[in-house]
Amino acid sequence: MTISNLKQSRPKSKKGKINWARSQEADYFANAVKLYRQGKFDADSFRRFRLQHGAYGTRLADDYAMVRVKFPAGEVYPHQLEKLSQLSEQFSIGSAHFSTRENIQLHWVVLEDVSEIFRGLAEVGLTSREACGNSVRNVMCSPLSGVCPDEEFDSTPYALATARFFLRNPMAQNLPRKFKFNFTCCERHGMVRMVDVGLIPQIRIQEGNPQKGFKIFLGGGLGNRSFVGHQLEEFTPEEDLLYTSIAVVRIFDRLGDRKNLARNRMRYLVNDMGWEKFQNLVLKERAIVRATQSVVTKLNVDDTPNELKRPIKISDEGGSSIPDGYARWSKGNAFKQKQSGYYSVFITLEAGDITSNQLHALSEIIQDFSSEGLARCGFSQNISLRYVHEDDLPQLYSKLLKVGLAKSGALTMTAPIGCSGTTSCNLALTNSHRLAKEIQRKFLDLKLDEDDDLRDSSIKISGCPNSCGQHGIATIGFFGGGARFDKDMYPNYMMQLGGRSDGETMLGISSIRVPAKRVIPVILKIIELFKQNKKPEDDLKSWIHRVVNGVDDSEIKSLEDIKKILMPLTLPPSKTDDADFYADYGSDTSYHTKTGKGECAA
Amino acid sequence: MCSLSHEKIVKTTTDIESLRSEIRDKSVRVIDVRREEDYKQNHIPTAVNLPLAKLLSDDSPERVLKIVNSMGIDDETSVVVYDDTFGALASRVAWTLEYLGHSDVSLLETTYSKWKSIGLESDDLVPEIQSKEHSINLKPEILATSDYLESAKEREGVILVDNRERLNYLEQHIPGALSLPYRTLSSQDKILRPKEDMKRLLDNRGISGDSEIITYCGSVGTLSGLAYYALKSVGLPNAKLYVRSFKEWKSLSKPTEKQEDANYWDLSAE
Repeated sequence: MTISNLKQSRPKSKKGKINWARSQEADYFANAVKLYRQGKFDADSFRRFRLQHGAYGTRLADDYAMVRVKFPAGEVYPHQLEKLSQLSEQFSIGSAHFSTRENIQLHWVVLEDVSEIFRGLAEVGLTSREACGNSVRNVMCSPLSGVCPDEEFDSTPYALATARFFLRNPMAQNLPRKFKFNFTCCERHGMVRMVDVGLIPQIRIQEGNPQKGFKIFLGGGLGNRSFVGHQLEEFTPEEDLLYTSIAVVRIFDRLGDRKNLARNRMRYLVNDMGWEKFQNLVLKERAIVRATQSVVTKLNVDDTPNELKRPIKISDEGGSSIPDGYARWSKGNAFKQKQSGYYSVFITLEAGDITSNQLHALSEIIQDFSSEGLARCGFSQNISLRYVHEDDLPQLYSKLLKVGLAKSGALTMTAPIGCSGTTSCNLALTNSHRLAKEIQRKFLDLKLDEDDDLRDSSIKISGCPNSCGQHGIATIGFFGGGARFDKDMYPNYMMQLGGRSDGETMLGISSIRVPAKRVIPVILKIIELFKQNKKPEDDLKSWIHRVVNGVDDSEIKSLEDIKKILMPLTLPPSKTDDADFYADYGSDTSYHTKTGKGECAA
Repeated sequence: MCSLSHEKIVKTTTDIESLRSEIRDKSVRVIDVRREEDYKQNHIPTAVNLPLAKLLSDDSPERVLKIVNSMGIDDETSVVVYDDTFGALASRVAWTLEYLGHSDVSLLETTYSKWKSIGLESDDLVPEIQSKEHSINLKPEILATSDYLESAKEREGVILVDNRERLNYLEQHIPGALSLPYRTLSSQDKILRPKEDMKRLLDNRGISGDSEIITYCGSVGTLSGLAYYALKSVGLPNAKLYVRSFKEWKSLSKPTEKQEDANYWDLSAE
């Protein structure tokens, strides 16, 4: 059988349920760029227009854009990945980047080509509209919603309906600042207390009948100042979901700070006003919304389940032998679903980067292995295939091996998050992106992905004090800056310890500054200290949690004790002794900080 | 009737069906520019083989003339060129023929892989070729040398286009060049986008009208050769190929430009 015959035997990609695109937006954008170049569209208005359509400026290079494509609720279909493969090869740098908020980003796109990307996206029902700017950003949903053993029901249809309601909705086109919704599956998989609106599905028994609803958290968020969200009420029934969302967006629209860009996310409003006052305001506003909205204002929740169909396999050409490394890979990358016999498989990427060829391969792999025929973006710059039958896991692994997508450790500490940093972001001070990759390569070499004690911990890195890399909720988090020894500058990171985003959400506590080239030895030292002082039932996450809360009774009792031990590792050598120390990762020249105007790229 | 050949519309690409019928009519010389061992395995029926490397070993007009004659091509022969590298190698060969003064040369609209994958005919027969006599009527107006480029790019209205991949462009390029990676020019199964699509794409980039447009790529003018034909396909009249491209430019230590202060390579997943 020839390759072409094999290709023909694969059924067509399943199409998405919702078309997010409006094809005319490509023409609008192309025209706007022309007017802007002719000086007929002033720079500020053009920037707002560009951001509203999902295109950011690029680091110190006005003629390039980054296009951020949304995957509402994280859902992405094979033909969409195939299109993104083509677009990244044609208009970007031959690779694309999965973000932490279920978007995919195409970097270093010539501004004049952005409309061509929009045209391609529209062919497959995708949009980048409102992926940036002061709007409701991509509505996230846990990649495990629908398959998580701990969830009460699948919140995916609600996330999709919320995304559909707010996209292009006049009410959310000019908010004081960006606004984010996260839906999740359960407390453990978290991410709901560090966002403007976070939602956990709940079922309450009402007069003997189960009633669907949500636990809603408001006013959390990561940034230059981070806050943990507050729970609005014990239980919000599903019919109140939309009213509550509208009420919160309206309050933010009305009262949010439109002047001070540095502190105008909703969390500052909540903090300034005080939670109780804000909570009352939301409940009152919701009553008004409920009373004044017409009956047609309802969430369009489509909860017909995805059709499950185990793809028919072409007989295994490689025989039935299990390739080397399978056990290690499946341990760190496969998640056992509540549906018996099925797994969700997370693909390990390096700081979210994937090549055009890999996107193309992935598109076919999803069709061949996922019984639901689509993929879901993860929370940590990755992507997952769900409903993979357990008998198909070894074959999936060998397929991924062939295209360089079979690295281990996606669900462990060895897959750090790194924002784009100085690879493309105007605000970045350090190359956080490359640092994340360096840590991953080193830790996989050391096989730390196989260590159960480290499994639930996380490393997250931002290239500046803003939190696109989510450092505030990492077990070990870093944000970048510059430091000086004598006259020489070097890249430096503030390390924060003990952050988490689950039911016990807390923000990491700042500890010490660690030079970029000392980050890896410092993390390894922390692991060593943990191994020396842990109790039998401890993992790294629980141990650090105790230490930063000052309640451990071992030799290391508090953050101060850790700092004392790590401090010597962070002392700068002289430049003549170690010139490399003074250069950031990915650069062989001396470090200096340089930034442009921020557009708040995540 | 005898004026027909002069009125022949200059076409950039030949579609699959036209080529098949021309092969049946024996009214075309097909050139396969893949490596000799690939050609020997199988190729489009009646095709002759001219591996690009063989041409590039010496592409002086005198040598090209000999090769053209030996392939049985005279001034009136209709020539179609194909490759298996998205049209870039074929473009370089076609351009060379054009430079010699041969006007009736076009690219097969698709690659050999695609031709095979849709089940079209192929064979391994090497045709017997009777040598012909071609004239030399060089067309310097489609060639840019480094000296020419250096002075031309300072002129108002001259557009310089870099067809290498974006990362290579960011790393280093000829000052003032636009980045238009060769991948941008193709559609999913054709080596060049449909005319309307191509027009819009180029128009967005300000590549339109009567401007003189010079294309270049990494070393031998293949990727930029494809771009040359992309420009021709939408009827842009004044395109030139800087055939020795960036490799020569650098070896002559002429000025280059780099996108500073950004670690874009670290964003690549390669």
